Amino acid sequence: MKSNEIKNDALEPSNGRDRRKFLKLSGMALVGGGLLLSCSDDDDNMMEPDPTDPDAAFDLGSGNVGILNYAYALEQLEAAFYIEVLKGSYYAGASAEEKAILEDVTNHEIIHRDFFKAAITAAVPAEQVLPDLEFDFTAGAGVDFSSRDSVLATAVLLEDTGVSAYNGAGKLIDVSSDTGAVYLGLAGKIVSVEARHASAFRDLVSPNTSNFASDDVLVGIGTDPAFDKAVLPADVLAAVIDLKFVVTPFTANNLPTA
Amino acid sequence: MNFIKLLESLSDKEALTKKTSRRDTFQQMKGFGKNVALASIPFGLAATSSKAKAATSSMAAAAFQASATDVLNFALTLEYLEKEFYQMGLDSGVIDADDMVVFQTISKHENAHVDFLLTALKDQAVAKPTFDFTGGPGGLNLDPFNDYPTFMALAQGFEDTGVRAYKGQAGALAVDNTLLDYALQIHSVEARHASKVRRMRMEKGWIVQNSNTLPDAFAPIYAGEENTVQGGVELKGMFGDFGGDDALTAAFDEPLTMDEVLTIGGFFIVQD
Repeated sequence: MKSNEIKNDALEPSNGRDRRKFLKLSGMALVGGGLLLSCSDDDDNMMEPDPTDPDAAFDLGSGNVGILNYAYALEQLEAAFYIEVLKGSYYAGASAEEKAILEDVTNHEIIHRDFFKAAITAAVPAEQVLPDLEFDFTAGAGVDFSSRDSVLATAVLLEDTGVSAYNGAGKLIDVSSDTGAVYLGLAGKIVSVEARHASAFRDLVSPNTSNFASDDVLVGIGTDPAFDKAVLPADVLAAVIDLKFVVTPFTANNLPTA
Repeated sequence: MNFIKLLESLSDKEALTKKTSRRDTFQQMKGFGKNVALASIPFGLAATSSKAKAATSSMAAAAFQASATDVLNFALTLEYLEKEFYQMGLDSGVIDADDMVVFQTISKHENAHVDFLLTALKDQAVAKPTFDFTGGPGGLNLDPFNDYPTFMALAQGFEDTGVRAYKGQAGALAVDNTLLDYALQIHSVEARHASKVRRMRMEKGWIVQNSNTLPDAFAPIYAGEENTVQGGVELKGMFGDFGGDDALTAAFDEPLTMDEVLTIGGFFIVQD
């Protein structure tokens, strides 16, 4: 699937400690910001990391487990971000309303993160569970945790990304089993909470305007913009790579694409 | 019963021309009781229509699920309700000047959702019911277009109901990737609306337990939101360091079934 292919010429390993791993996989997968990604067509099995190689990057896996690991990665990113926010000086000096929102959202994302870890751990052997990822929020453009604008803009970006990611992943969940149907239900239970977060942060940025659900984040379907986006994992992960916050390499070579 | 009438309003246009015979059918179904009838009637497919034959066999299936058309007509009915509610609100002058942009934005989205569903359903689309936003059909006497707090309370109720209603139909739409995408894309926009309206009413943007500040009659809108079992696992008490069960219940929105939503919607739908 073409849309699932990421150009692998634009990104260089940004972090010396991971260079060895990247070199090992050079020419085989996208590298950058610690995240590796390539298309997941059936003919690319040669790109799967060798499980006997301790240096091989973790692959999210295939089928429903792959989607769960994908969601878990995004929830790890969100939780790690808000945990940093709560240590920063913007939060320390924020209004009571903003503090309450940040504390609630931090808790929700930690709960999502830990829930996915438990759900995946229950479903597959430990080696198929995405490990704890390392993040560096000073990388790339960096987040200034003393700046309200910087923190809220990042929060909006992460929440909007989460919404579009869950929306795009719903159809990739195989619901032919009861378990799969449960996973789809869980994605639905979480995505609307992410959308509630996005709305609140957007409204803090631009209070009582259309910003909570503005045209810039919505699309039309033969209509005016009134629909959230539904974005496939490859495109979500490419956007996440661009942020450069994810340090730990992992691959997404086998996720369902349709 | 409201829901029987609502079932009729969810039928397709062709079926509406055969009201008498269909009403007989529904009268027969009534004898089975509310839940049995709702569980066994394919929404939008009148039992007397030409499509009923296919539907009849599916009615025998123990694990009944509404067809995609039925789900879209169910969604259309909710969107009709929201569209008309916000248009009447904007026209009435009840909305504070400071909040006009917010409700214009929501109104624009609901209009687009109706447009989209009408296009998707073509001649299968149900007609718009007659709405009564006083809640008269549900025994209420509200005045949302003269009393702004009531207008905002209903807006919150409709948006939170919308989120739960779409969520409840994800499984039924999973057979069609395109429709599932579209439904999810609407679902999260309703959640954006809900969060905003809730915060305008000084509630949190997310639903904590089943608590709310709406009139008691609307308790069904939040019933079940206190659920702490996710993926079959009881999570109660497991997040003591992270906001406890309040945060846990807020972190997961819960679905409503079609009949639960129709009970809520029935408060505002005039029976003819």
